[in-house]
Amino acid sequence: MNKIKANRLKDSAFRYVGIFCTLFGIVILLIFIGNILFQGLSRIDWDFLTNLPSRRASKAGILTAWTGTAWILGLTALIGIPIGVSAGIYLQEYGKKNRLASIVELNIANLAGVPSIIYGLLGLEIFARVMQLGGSLLAGALTLSLLILPIIIVATREALKAVPRSLREASFGMGATKWQTIWYQVLPAAAGGILTGIILALSRAVGETAPLIVIGALAYVPFVASSPMDEFTVLPIQIFNWVSRPQEEFLVNGAAAIIILLLITFVMNGIAVYLRNRWQKKVSW
Amino acid sequence: MKLIEAKNVNVFYGDNHVLKDISLTIKENTVTAFIGPSGCGKSTFLRSLNRMNDYIESFRKKGKIFIDGKEIYEKKVRVEELRRKVGMVFQKPNPFPKTIFENVAYGLRIHGVTDKYEINEIVEKSLKQSALWGEVKDKLGKPALSLSGGQQQRLCIARTLAVKPTIILMDEPASALDPISTAKIEELIQELKEKYTIVIVTHNMQQAARVSDRTAFFYMGDLIEYDKTSELFTNPKNKQTENYITGRFG
Repeated sequence: MNKIKANRLKDSAFRYVGIFCTLFGIVILLIFIGNILFQGLSRIDWDFLTNLPSRRASKAGILTAWTGTAWILGLTALIGIPIGVSAGIYLQEYGKKNRLASIVELNIANLAGVPSIIYGLLGLEIFARVMQLGGSLLAGALTLSLLILPIIIVATREALKAVPRSLREASFGMGATKWQTIWYQVLPAAAGGILTGIILALSRAVGETAPLIVIGALAYVPFVASSPMDEFTVLPIQIFNWVSRPQEEFLVNGAAAIIILLLITFVMNGIAVYLRNRWQKKVSW
Repeated sequence: MKLIEAKNVNVFYGDNHVLKDISLTIKENTVTAFIGPSGCGKSTFLRSLNRMNDYIESFRKKGKIFIDGKEIYEKKVRVEELRRKVGMVFQKPNPFPKTIFENVAYGLRIHGVTDKYEINEIVEKSLKQSALWGEVKDKLGKPALSLSGGQQQRLCIARTLAVKPTIILMDEPASALDPISTAKIEELIQELKEKYTIVIVTHNMQQAARVSDRTAFFYMGDLIEYDKTSELFTNPKNKQTENYITGRFG
């Protein structure tokens, strides 16, 4: 009978360990965010967003950095989404389930875990040198597209897999072709999952620094890019550049830029969560 | 007229021999019931009639199935056209997660009907035929999934009727429904018989006796007995059939 007491003790012990583990992550994150806000919030104003970089910390802005990030985001989406979603559809719906398919599948899962700097080296060789795109926005976007392709492919496949068989059978039973079934029934039903995956992949691309540095993105770009062939910088590189300087004022600038970057990723993740919840509610089988 | 004719049909899933040498013919404008215990092959045979088994990778078939005198597994047969002619209603109501109207219109759209007026007309006619029009005519724009299970199943029937099939396959269409909805579906089957040939798989022997003209009893992949429903249920020729319909096994 004493066993019960011991068991209950273990029970509540695990409870407190669990609470501690949960709070640990959250508290650290809050301290970090609080610290950044405290340092940088007062630096953010309209001028900070619209000024070009400068050697004088008080006049320096992030115009080139955030427009560069926007360019990269747009181009990466334009390149990565159609290829990733199409590949996902092919692998899930058309590809035969043989050994080659399982090797491809395994490799895609592996690619999702390859360190991003490796993608940077690949991009440097293929896009920057062989294709002679140099350190342009296009080269950066192509590199990041490669980086997020596995994430989009896996998300697309998972979303398609979750569409019940009965829906496909209903469509086939009406005499629909495979493509009609996928286009009119399966894709709309899977859209929530696919979109969520896409947004999470893009929000990862926004934060990437290493591959862009490798292909030759610049830290100091005194103009706003006007075409995909222009040289560029992005927010994370600008942040890295500022926080690695000795002057206190640049650290404040860095903190302010971090707030903007965090804002972008939080908003994107928020949209992803919102879409996922909305779709779960709308489609229930 | 013989509308469906199966000759020595054998079906395998991998090494599993699930249908053994099935031969039967089904006449136009009749209701034929397939009965038998779970796993006896009745659903597999039903699904062979509109090639819904094609998506199962281990599926193999020997023998021939003729519909309207044409072998449906021949290479030149367009499976989409076959399925338009041989419609299917599934066990669990599976409307598309779209509006009621779009569910019925879907078949028309995929087969290339674009005239709005024509689509409206056929949607209305199909819903009337499936005895659902009165219940949904004021909410055609509502999601199909907001309907009750029985209504959803009648919507699935309407959806099938819209593309003007000649044969309707029903795979236990009422097994997920309450008794009142079931009665409605059975009533509907009787009405549809006038224009369509219906093949229904059912676990419910009373249902088979109520709705069908002829009944086929399957057991372990064999077609044990196939006769007029009245004959099969009152005077079964085979011992196994008798045991099954009197509830001694299955």
